[in-house]
Amino acid sequence: MTDQSMPDPNSVKKVVSVQAAPEIAWRIFTEKMGAWWPLTTYKIGKANAVDAVLEPHVGGRWYERGDDGSTCDWGRVLLWDPPSRLVLTWDISADWQPDPALNTEIEVRFIAEGKTATRVEFEHRRLDRYGARRDEMRRVYDTEGDWGRLLASFARLAEGS
Amino acid sequence: MATMIQIERALDALGDPTRRAVFKRLRKGNRSVQEIADGMEVSRPAVSQHLKVLKQARLVLVRVEGTRRLYGVDPRGFEALRDWLDGFWDETLMAFKHEAEREAAKEGR
Repeated sequence: MTDQSMPDPNSVKKVVSVQAAPEIAWRIFTEKMGAWWPLTTYKIGKANAVDAVLEPHVGGRWYERGDDGSTCDWGRVLLWDPPSRLVLTWDISADWQPDPALNTEIEVRFIAEGKTATRVEFEHRRLDRYGARRDEMRRVYDTEGDWGRLLASFARLAEGS
Repeated sequence: MATMIQIERALDALGDPTRRAVFKRLRKGNRSVQEIADGMEVSRPAVSQHLKVLKQARLVLVRVEGTRRLYGVDPRGFEALRDWLDGFWDETLMAFKHEAEREAAKEGR
């Protein structure tokens, strides 16, 4: 799922093929984020995160909700064009804290491949906003390459036991 | 970023099948030792011992809620391990893919 073109140091690109119609892919991505986002570990707030919410309009909030009712902002909606295109800000600092002024950008495109499949093109850009920590954060967001793939099989084994 | 020693310690800790089972039980939320031991073929003291190793590997942390000691996933160690295994967006997008495909299969589309 790694893009083959010349890597841009300020951007991470991913492509994933989903065996689902674009309408379903869009709905699961936007309305049911809490059902698939790895909330146990990919969360920012102090409470246990129980949901990830994307408000369905331009200017909407993107946030996690904790089990104590608290919310913690991740970003906001810049473009809302169902079921094909979504642009969000990702305002999480290199220390995994909310930073509303950060303004890195995420674009997700849902492209139909026949009636029952969708090519999802994902880009996380403007990583230059991380300043001196750009390369470190790019590594975190992108894959670690061959080591990552090799060890992913270990992880699957560990998960399956 | 985590040091190689930390990552090796985490991998070693998860090399034991019982310890992996204990760790897996915490991925849905915080649990007491008794709650972890329930339904497992392992005694409470053995679970405590496994939790100690997982704690040293920074995979597990303890929260005190009143008189209860609850064990949960330590995001620091787990994130370090995951970042090392897989990129953040690879992991997240694969999870999305599986959920969308599950839904599509359910709806028969």
